Amino acid sequence: MSDHHEEAKSSTSPYAARIRAIEALLLEKGVLTEPEVQDRISYMEARSPANGAKLVARAWVNDEYRERLLSDAKAAASELGMDPTHPAEFVVVENTPEVHNLIVCTLCSCYPRAILGRPPDWYKSFNYRSRAVREPRAVMREFGFEPPEGVEVVVHDSTADVRYMVLPMRPPGTEELDEDDLAGLVTRDSLVGVSVPRYAGSKGISANSGRLLNDND
Amino acid sequence: MTFEPGDRVRVLPAEKPGHVRTPGYLKGKTGWIESVLGEFPNPEELAYGFSGRPERLLYKVGFRQADLWDDYDGPAEDRLCADVYEHWLEPEGGTA
Repeated sequence: MSDHHEEAKSSTSPYAARIRAIEALLLEKGVLTEPEVQDRISYMEARSPANGAKLVARAWVNDEYRERLLSDAKAAASELGMDPTHPAEFVVVENTPEVHNLIVCTLCSCYPRAILGRPPDWYKSFNYRSRAVREPRAVMREFGFEPPEGVEVVVHDSTADVRYMVLPMRPPGTEELDEDDLAGLVTRDSLVGVSVPRYAGSKGISANSGRLLNDND
Repeated sequence: MTFEPGDRVRVLPAEKPGHVRTPGYLKGKTGWIESVLGEFPNPEELAYGFSGRPERLLYKVGFRQADLWDDYDGPAEDRLCADVYEHWLEPEGGTA
């Protein structure tokens, strides 16, 4: 799905060469300084899907927090010590037994970076951006998820100043799990809506990549 | 022209060169105002180094997928929402 992006990422690609040339010029002209570039890289690397997982897990265990997350996501993120400062608005949309949400940016790659960090390569691919709006169900099937019969699919094309994140539904059978374990079930893909969190009993937790995400805190 | 949630609207089929935040597949399509997202500096001006003032109202607009794609193969209830600036919208049926 992301062949073009694999190519673009290569350090010898024309795109990489162009970026290096632009960076060198900005530094040479004094528009940016090297420490500013490094600060920005640190800022982005400090953000990861684990942040989104924390918001979701808190919303699952605390209904009042869930309501705050849905009505004012920036304030709700600040409550958990996150800094969503960015010109863009941050809005969380909720999956329910009736509605499944999917996020895309057809025009570029708008993504709630201030919370989740850099988007995955597939999110930026022409393939995903063009197909998510036109055949969202086929795209989700390719991610191994098919909304149950009768569920309405709502695609959010973040075309302007709002960045969206999905609040997935808490998987069944997780009543005994604590908030940290619940956060471990929340994958980046489920925050975009191409998939949903799954729980396969206690074995499922250790096998889940969410543990790795939490290690990045 | 301002709109309220529930109003039926049409995305202008205009061709505007340069940086726009209204995707081509929505142009000329009809939907409804889901919500009012607030006022933001106009990105079509910001992109060229201007101030983007006055700020423009941004709406979350809902569409039926079946109205966007002739060959949409999902259920009729499936929707798409996009954020569209006020100057790209007109009332359904035109402004006349």
